[in-house]
Amino acid sequence: MSAELALLGPILAAMLAAATPLLFAALGELVVEKSGVLNLGVEGMMLVGAVCGFAVTVKTGSSTAGFAMGAAAGAAMAGLFAVLTLLLLANQVATGLALTLFGVGLSALIGQGFVGIPIPDVPELYIPGLTDIPVIGKALFGQDALVYLALAMVPAVHWFMYGTRKGLVLRAVGENHAAAHALGYKVIRIRFLAVLFGGAMSGMAGAYLSLDYTPMWAEGITAGRGWIALALVVFATWKPARVLLGAWLFGGVTIAQLHVQGLGIDIPSQVLSMLPYLATVLVLVLISRDIARIRLNAPASLGKVFHPDA
Amino acid sequence: MDSATLSNLPHRLELRGITKRFPGCLANDAVDLVLKPGEIHALLGENGAGKSTLVKIIYGVLHADSGTIRWQGEEVTIPNPAGARRLGIGMVFQHFSLFDTLTVAENISLGLENPGPMDALSQRIAEVSERYGLALDPGRHVHNLSVGERQRVEIVRCLLQDPKLLIMDEPTSVLTPQEVTKLFETLRVLAAEGCTILYISHKLEEIRALCDRATVLRGGRVVGDCDPRQETARSLAEMMIGTELSTPERIPQGQAGAPKLQVRHLSTTSDNPFATNLKDVSFEVRAGEILGIAGVAGNGQAELMAALSGEELVPDPGSVNIEGRPVGHLGPRERRELGLAFVPEERLGRGAVPELSLSENALLSGYAREPLVRSGLVHFGRARSYAERIIGAFNVVTHGHRAEARSLSGGNLQKFIIGREILQKPRLLVVGQPTWGVDAGAAAAIHRALIDLARGGAAVLVISQDLDELFVLSDRIAVLFHGRLSESSPTHQTSVEEIGLLMGGLFNRPPDEDEEVGRGV
Repeated sequence: MSAELALLGPILAAMLAAATPLLFAALGELVVEKSGVLNLGVEGMMLVGAVCGFAVTVKTGSSTAGFAMGAAAGAAMAGLFAVLTLLLLANQVATGLALTLFGVGLSALIGQGFVGIPIPDVPELYIPGLTDIPVIGKALFGQDALVYLALAMVPAVHWFMYGTRKGLVLRAVGENHAAAHALGYKVIRIRFLAVLFGGAMSGMAGAYLSLDYTPMWAEGITAGRGWIALALVVFATWKPARVLLGAWLFGGVTIAQLHVQGLGIDIPSQVLSMLPYLATVLVLVLISRDIARIRLNAPASLGKVFHPDA
Repeated sequence: MDSATLSNLPHRLELRGITKRFPGCLANDAVDLVLKPGEIHALLGENGAGKSTLVKIIYGVLHADSGTIRWQGEEVTIPNPAGARRLGIGMVFQHFSLFDTLTVAENISLGLENPGPMDALSQRIAEVSERYGLALDPGRHVHNLSVGERQRVEIVRCLLQDPKLLIMDEPTSVLTPQEVTKLFETLRVLAAEGCTILYISHKLEEIRALCDRATVLRGGRVVGDCDPRQETARSLAEMMIGTELSTPERIPQGQAGAPKLQVRHLSTTSDNPFATNLKDVSFEVRAGEILGIAGVAGNGQAELMAALSGEELVPDPGSVNIEGRPVGHLGPRERRELGLAFVPEERLGRGAVPELSLSENALLSGYAREPLVRSGLVHFGRARSYAERIIGAFNVVTHGHRAEARSLSGGNLQKFIIGREILQKPRLLVVGQPTWGVDAGAAAAIHRALIDLARGGAAVLVISQDLDELFVLSDRIAVLFHGRLSESSPTHQTSVEEIGLLMGGLFNRPPDEDEEVGRGV
């Protein structure tokens, strides 16, 4: 086997891993936005999920407990957002931005005692035979459970959205909340649940970063992935399968530029670190230039405050 | 069912002493209403008479402060729309509660308690639409449907629940006369099967043609109960308004002068998939005349309005000309300076800024032609007196020029906006839906003002869905359908039926296939 081919396996595996936090966060936000709510607090929810998950794993030694805590912490942050925007009718954009700022500060505070502490590895899948297949074995059958969970969420979210009645109601609420209310659907309750789901997914995304991807806690560990997740949702025109493509693209360029840095090519590393963000935004802007598609898929009530009476 | 068996049945619905108070207004004041099985019952009243509130109470959207509701003889409370649907009450809303990006079947499914699987539902939709002559394709997306088709979606949604009471809120305001006839046939079949229909409208001729009984509301109270077939449109209107009605006089034909607005081969391409593109639209409006453009909503009215006002620029400047000057490349402000004034269809948001006061709103379009701004600074004193002149000249009911635009009722705000444009003495006025949702008194005043403007030598273009209005106002009428404009005909040489057929698309030239917008998977 040539050296290039031997490199391909780890690259593929690393790409899937790099795409995982984006998938979680973006799929969560997709559901939130389809219900008509714009939560710009993804980055903040990810950070709080990351630090809470990390802290619980340090204390208990269990990464499963850590992931659960990450999801719960993200949902708690989202709950705060939901109370402010859905019950108290605060502006969604301002509240979401505040949530991110709050999450940055809160995670730094909680994380003070956890910088530089090691945690146990998250166990990886091993299927004798399959995992040992050269090149693709490790990438496809040797990842940890969260990677598979994130991948499974893509068809799951699609099925929920387009195959179930609850998904239909969710889309209806995001499309025209006044009409949904007139038909007797509980707009605020449905949106509240969607926001909580989005928060839990963001929390999982953060916990994956601190427990698995780079097993450590550092301030600002998410490095803007929450914002990329938000952009992914829009550029993917609210379609789960396109979110997957965007996440892979981001993951792929992330890994590719790391290898380029390793080769010692004379490009400043800051420029290379910038590439995944630049490439993802650029490519997605190009494929989503079709305004008709955006108008047909964008939830028409996105970001609009809903007053139940009148 | 004959009348003897019907009268032995308990009342379908009986309201006693329904009262509903909103902050600052008593919307329903001890309203009684009795509906019998199989009757078509009209609920008649001006805007703000309390019709909508009453109907929302019946459908469980609002709750009465006091009073009782009896359904088939038993006292009930209707907690929410789902509760109303369980009793057998269905409602077709005036502003359709449909979801544009969903299919017909999905939309209908959302209104049902137990819709079952989609395939079976589509089957049932096909059956019901067949039985009542309401052609519908369950798989189409709602944004591709005409307004009449959208209404059918709402009706079929109700019929799938075997309603015993069907509430129709202003169902004909957006239909062509032919569609109205078809709707009435459907309603009569339903009533013959024993379904009660509560029909809300302020169109008196329709009520006389369709309904068995009528209850008239004014100021939240029941002021009359009658058999509309025994009444004249005039007597019904007087019951509704409470005063004698002045007969609208037939307008003498104006003397058409030089062309003020010329539109030549105007075509638009929009990137909005919900928009209707204009195709080769040509017409002209001359000084002293009113041209009416009829058509069912969504046939290109909004796009024509935007292209004329300058909100959307058109590729060929020469396709829109004001007094012979090509203006297609000029924005709204430049066009205003050339003598164009316009009143958009949406009062709040386009015609006026809801949160601003009336004097600020007067300033917004008035500064181009009135001396309200000096060296870039607003002359607030003049803006105020300009607003007060409008309020005085057009009898706008408000507590003064400081009132926020959104605090005015629809009719009063419309009078203010039209007044604001007319007092600038435009040489050319373009108006969209001048009296939509405006009560009869204000509508008459607005019509009067438009006619006076034209008689004073200005050219007036009225784009409206209300045929009655166009026949009162216009010297010539043309019809917009699928983005194409028909030849105009002098009003006295055409008829409602003829225009109605054009509104349904019966042009000389065959309308080409509308391109369907593909949806991504």
